[in-house]
Amino acid sequence: MPLDQSFVGRVYPPTPPYQVGREKIREFADAIGDANPAYRDRAAAKELGYPDVVAPPTFGIIVTSRAGHQVIMDPELGVDYSRVVHGEQRFTYVRPIRAGDTLSVVVTVESVRSVAGNDIVSTKGDVSTVDGDPVLTTYSTLVVRGADS
Amino acid sequence: MTTVGTVLPAQSFPIARADLVRYAGASGDFNPIHWNERFATSVGLPNVIAHGMYTMALTARVVTDWAGDPGAVVEYGVRFTRPVVVPDPDGAVLDVAGEVSAVRDDGLVVVDLTATVNGQTVLAKARAVVRPPS
Repeated sequence: MPLDQSFVGRVYPPTPPYQVGREKIREFADAIGDANPAYRDRAAAKELGYPDVVAPPTFGIIVTSRAGHQVIMDPELGVDYSRVVHGEQRFTYVRPIRAGDTLSVVVTVESVRSVAGNDIVSTKGDVSTVDGDPVLTTYSTLVVRGADS
Repeated sequence: MTTVGTVLPAQSFPIARADLVRYAGASGDFNPIHWNERFATSVGLPNVIAHGMYTMALTARVVTDWAGDPGAVVEYGVRFTRPVVVPDPDGAVLDVAGEVSAVRDDGLVVVDLTATVNGQTVLAKARAVVRPPS
């Protein structure tokens, strides 16, 4: 059964604050094998004009995927999570995430489509500091594989 | 001077099962399809597959290593077209190349990226908008 179109435009409440720590950024940079000093060394980050170490471009997924789960796990929407695969991902940045940020995400359902037996859910996540300064926006498309695929 | 056709240094990233376990821990994505072969094959996958976001992160390194400043990336997006299968112990190798496809009026450049494993494309429409290195 196709997913409920009335979800389009739905806005979820801001997520609980996520505090970005230096060691989490370092752990993430290590995990992607990225030795850039701006992720580890405050002095190197300052030379680039940042007040503290910054995070790699895809670090934001840590914050936004949890936020996106509000939609995909919403019992009203009724998605079978075991059939979900990541279709597309895009980030637009106001500035890099940095250590010391306390971030919250507001998720909006942008579209719900059915294509070739698969349901496709696109969401937008606006990430800002708890003081209201915008940091980045994520656009995620999740594909719920149909029973035949 | 960055112009249309400027080629970014290509890179190859070996991916071992242990790298996926590490990325799972760092990212918080513990879906067993990314580390448990028994589970992955039970849901119809050929083997354990890499997190799409891990592939996306590795691909970005071609851009950030070139730009120097990670904050030079103002937009980055990909479409996941084919899973990166990571057998144990052989693993996989992700090959990433990038080329400037446009220079915008505001001085930012568009970098088109290709990401392949064994010559097969794993990301489509992989594109970054970047402030080029001076």
